[in-house]
Amino acid sequence: MINLRRNKDLAAVEGRRIGLDNVMTALAFVLLLVIVVIPISMIIYNAFFHEGKFTFNLIVEQLTRSTTLSSMWNTIKIGGLVTLFGTIMGVFYAWLLGRSNIPGKKLMRSLFTIPYMFPPFLGAMAWDLLLNGRSGYLNRWMMQTFNLSSAPLNINTIWGIVFVEVSYYFPFVFMQVVSALERMDPTLEESARIAGAKQGTVIRTITLPLVVPAISAGALLILISSLAHFGVPAILGFSQGIFTLPTRIFAVISRSGGSFEGIRQAAALSILLVVVVALALLLQRKVLSSGGYDIIKGKSMRPTLINLRGARIPLFILALVTLAVIVMVPLIMIFLVGLVRAYGLPLIPANFTLANYTRILTTSGTLDSIKNSLILAISAGIISMTLGTLIAYVVQKIKPRGTGVLEILSVLPYSIPGTVLAIGVILAWSGSLGINLYNTLWIILVAYIARYLSFSMKTSSAALLQVHPSLEEAARTCGATHTESLKDITLPLIRPAMISGFFLIFLPAMREVTTSVLLYGPYTRTLGVQIYSLRDAGMMPQAAALGSVAIVLIIVINAIVNAITADRKGV
Amino acid sequence: MAYVRFENISVSYGDNQVLKNFSLSLEKNEIMCLVGPSGCGKTTLVRCLLGLTRPDEGEIYVDDKCLFSSKRRINVPAERRGIGIVFQDYAVWPHLTVKDNVAYPMRKQRMKKNEIDRRVKDVLKQVSMSEYINHLPGQLSGGQQQRVAIARALMSSDDLIVLDEPITNLDAKLRDQMLNEIRDIQRNIGTTIFYITHDQKAALHLGDQLAIMNGRGELVQIGSDEDIILRPKSRFIFEFIGVTNFIPLKLVNSEYKLDLGREMIPWPEQVPDTMAHGKPIEMGTRPNDITFDDASPIKAKVKRAVFLGSEYDYFIELGNMEIRLQQSTLDAALVGVAKEGSEVGLRFLNPHYYEAKRREA
Amino acid sequence: MAQVQVQLTNVTKRFVTKTLGDIVAVDDFNFEVYEGECFSILGPSGCGKTTALRMIAGFEDLTEGEIHLGGRPVSSSRKNLYVPPEERDLGMVFQAFAVWPHKNVFENVAYPLRIKKVQRAEIERRVKEALHHTSLTGLEKTYPSDLSGGQQQRIALARSIVTNPKVMLLDEPLSNLDPHLRETMRFELKELQSKFGFTIIFVTHDQSEAMAISDRMLVADMGKIMQIDTPENLYNRPINRFVHSFLGESTFLNVVIKDGKVYAKGDMEHPLDLEAPPNAESEMIMATRPNAIELTADKGYQTHVQTRIFLTDRTEYVVPIGNQTLKVQTPHRITFAQGESCSVRFVEPMWYPVEDPEAEKERQRRQLI
Repeated sequence: MINLRRNKDLAAVEGRRIGLDNVMTALAFVLLLVIVVIPISMIIYNAFFHEGKFTFNLIVEQLTRSTTLSSMWNTIKIGGLVTLFGTIMGVFYAWLLGRSNIPGKKLMRSLFTIPYMFPPFLGAMAWDLLLNGRSGYLNRWMMQTFNLSSAPLNINTIWGIVFVEVSYYFPFVFMQVVSALERMDPTLEESARIAGAKQGTVIRTITLPLVVPAISAGALLILISSLAHFGVPAILGFSQGIFTLPTRIFAVISRSGGSFEGIRQAAALSILLVVVVALALLLQRKVLSSGGYDIIKGKSMRPTLINLRGARIPLFILALVTLAVIVMVPLIMIFLVGLVRAYGLPLIPANFTLANYTRILTTSGTLDSIKNSLILAISAGIISMTLGTLIAYVVQKIKPRGTGVLEILSVLPYSIPGTVLAIGVILAWSGSLGINLYNTLWIILVAYIARYLSFSMKTSSAALLQVHPSLEEAARTCGATHTESLKDITLPLIRPAMISGFFLIFLPAMREVTTSVLLYGPYTRTLGVQIYSLRDAGMMPQAAALGSVAIVLIIVINAIVNAITADRKGV
Repeated sequence: MAYVRFENISVSYGDNQVLKNFSLSLEKNEIMCLVGPSGCGKTTLVRCLLGLTRPDEGEIYVDDKCLFSSKRRINVPAERRGIGIVFQDYAVWPHLTVKDNVAYPMRKQRMKKNEIDRRVKDVLKQVSMSEYINHLPGQLSGGQQQRVAIARALMSSDDLIVLDEPITNLDAKLRDQMLNEIRDIQRNIGTTIFYITHDQKAALHLGDQLAIMNGRGELVQIGSDEDIILRPKSRFIFEFIGVTNFIPLKLVNSEYKLDLGREMIPWPEQVPDTMAHGKPIEMGTRPNDITFDDASPIKAKVKRAVFLGSEYDYFIELGNMEIRLQQSTLDAALVGVAKEGSEVGLRFLNPHYYEAKRREA
Repeated sequence: MAQVQVQLTNVTKRFVTKTLGDIVAVDDFNFEVYEGECFSILGPSGCGKTTALRMIAGFEDLTEGEIHLGGRPVSSSRKNLYVPPEERDLGMVFQAFAVWPHKNVFENVAYPLRIKKVQRAEIERRVKEALHHTSLTGLEKTYPSDLSGGQQQRIALARSIVTNPKVMLLDEPLSNLDPHLRETMRFELKELQSKFGFTIIFVTHDQSEAMAISDRMLVADMGKIMQIDTPENLYNRPINRFVHSFLGESTFLNVVIKDGKVYAKGDMEHPLDLEAPPNAESEMIMATRPNAIELTADKGYQTHVQTRIFLTDRTEYVVPIGNQTLKVQTPHRITFAQGESCSVRFVEPMWYPVEDPEAEKERQRRQLI
């Protein structure tokens, strides 16, 4: 109670006309208005207003098209299946690596989170190279070896899309459940043993029910991500005419060549996508508010590990095979195809060349795309981090009237699919409001900032919550003014959180495709867009080579981040 | 004239009036402990003194300098009050070394660098933290962080420091040790200390003067530890300090009798005249001020006897009441132990008399 | 003599740690607990009490020795026998309550019966009875998160008595409760025991709690049993200095014994008003309790009050004696001012040989682990 009113107290004590706090509050509101409120309002306006009049026609028109309906159905079907299989896989491996005596737990646990780092569209590319219905390497090899007339496996199907998305999204559940299992008080399970339950019964009746909140939180994250996902269905679905709502929106825009009519149709489709995601979000709200048990208590004791006995080695092998399939195979595939002279040639050393790399690293378009992505990722990182921290400070410490609105506005864009956000940004900043950023890097930057603001806002909020008001007050009683106490105490204390907030934005921004693919212009391709277009133009080896460069970049940057955050101090 | 003066301070948060016309004075060079149950407004008072909360009304003076006056519209900002504070959670800045933590107030006073260095060394020696000068707070124990906080507070001011429940987070053994150290530091430097706590034990241990507040934010007694313990002014204080038993006394034919429900037993002690206004009174006694005495006419039954090592803890049925009695190891060795279910005679030593509490429905 | 319920024979547990080398957590424990008894295992952290309890429960196997429950061997290094916890028919209550947050009160308590496939009507009846005895009636449908700490611990109690086990293991079950509740729960525990007649093994580091509820106590230090006896005997006649200082407050005095008279070290002129113990060595440690010293104006050894501190329920005096100081505690009514002269007299003190410093070092090493 006392904490809640501390900053207000200080403001009252100071009684200044325009304090630092007021300036920050006003700034936060204005920035969110520009970055978040305007684009979203533009979508709603364009979807429901025609020539200044309110109408449902546009939506109804879309809803009566079979293509729209099938895209919606595909979106929901893929989302549902990915969530189902991703959850099963995540829970199974979380339990195996969290609670059994399987060897190499620690290493495997970090290996299992690798898919989380890589862009799913690169994985989709790799699997397409392997299992494409017509030209996949593995398919052709199997057809030759077993004398088959048609490809035995086809990745360009709904199931193929589900498979690739599962392998990239299961870590959401895996990581949630592993940490829940880790923090669970072991006496909860021990008391069930004392009550007479056997090991297996304990897992079924106590352990699993207790991690249900963690499972559902992770599962809903998968659902929302998959519903809004663009890369995998774009790469695997287009050739077979399998569309989801995000890819349909992209198709409508690219077919219309940027005409206003196309964008209006896209806006209407966006509303439908938002409705689907909003339903999932409502579900999430409901699930998350209903539960959350307090299972972390008491003295810390290591949990009893379950002896797998005879199943230990087979399960270990299963885990290794899974890792190989979801992590190693796509990576190796991308690297190898990046080396091959021409797409389709067998992957043997005789066909290998570095020409693809020389070509992409000497083509100005490709180099520009790397440069663009770096510029965008760094500036989006810095700007969102600063802005997120500012908003977090206003929300956590100043708590003006309307704090709730501020909080919702800053988190909102992340729940909105990237495709939709891109449409909003196009509608807002390509001249209709007097400012035209279309075909410049600025428009992509604005979209990135909106998209990633919530990341830094969350990390900075968490850090600020740890900075007890008494730390700033102690500085005040030591003779520091409000500005000085901010500069000397608060900012240094949350600096580590700000740095990790920066990287949390920088990394996904480096590999972003969903929004940039709708916003890029002739000179503003990003790394993701360039890989996508090379592939689209049939230049598979070059796309793979650029993909390899992206992967190496991601690995290097991750290593740097880990080195930086490993020895951080402060809060 | 007193060194620190709170005059008629009133503070409210919304509809909640925390302090009303509260006045308190501290003499120079003494340790004043302000004791009260949590939520009684003592922390609010400290925040008013420091300039972190603005009182609605009243005046605050330190050494004749007015820090706050609602009438005269004076409100010196927090950073210019020059009062040292040790917060409950120490509020030692985790990103600064011990040296930088302690030097901070002087840097804000724009003191010269070698002067700062000299004084930091001096004060760290005072709190026996010299060898930790370059440590970060994360590398220190709770007690050591506390010492850094005290050193920093002393740098803000050698004249007046405020400690707001600074030892609640420490374990019992360290608590006693810290209290002794605070005492020693105060003796060496002669600082005036305003110590806020809800823990009577710590206050008794440390304070030259104790000011006791009740849950409604009112001051109920100010005095030395001896005053509070041996001459508690009110029933509230008597109960606040420790476990108590109360037995009603009734005036029958101008003689006081113990009212045990079913029977009345003549009360052998003299009841002070100040109490005799015809109002119902109660005799208050502590568990270790009752002894077994077979010759006593006051008979009771031992309901439960629990051996706790340092003492026997008895639950005694006296008439329609259950009272508690503690027998020290010494008495147990000298007089012997009473068995559960046995009949005993009781003698009340050192009784206190208070107006009976109104029985609330 | 009552029947032996729990028996530990030469039980030893060794752990191999990476940083601090091997450690014998439990070193050759031998003791028996009788039917209906309340037996406490007491000691500072690292004394092996929790490990011993977990071996009885079956959560840890033993390195050497044998454990019998109700006459049946359950752990034995010699016979290579290990019965898992679920087959030991025990009740157990943990410090952190360990009630299942996803089950309501009724389901928590019914769980052991459901596992045993007891009939529904019988489950209803027995859960109802258990809830009645733990004052939880009416809360059947409530979830633990809506209940207080004390109520949660009652659920844990109800759950462990519902199967009517012969032996109840309690692992610091009251430490997470506030002091007042702790006192009430002690009595409730004893009442449950007298109703159901189970045997209690109670692990705690809180000596006054152990003394309040135990019939017999075991005091352990550094993995070894120091003394097993009734609370009164342990407190009044501790076998060594460790047990003396562990149970209750102690004050020690180095004394010199000369010609059958006892002198405080540093004052060979005024003997203490005490008889030297039989078999006295020339130098010894005299141990007593601060509240077992008589503080009077003129009875006994003449000294003065060096410091006086008022505690809430008594007054503490520090008085110099020889070159040492002594802690004395009296009720508030006995008042001496600071500096006032006074006398101290000792009642039935204990005598111990002078300490060796090695033991202290080993204790510190073990507390790191």
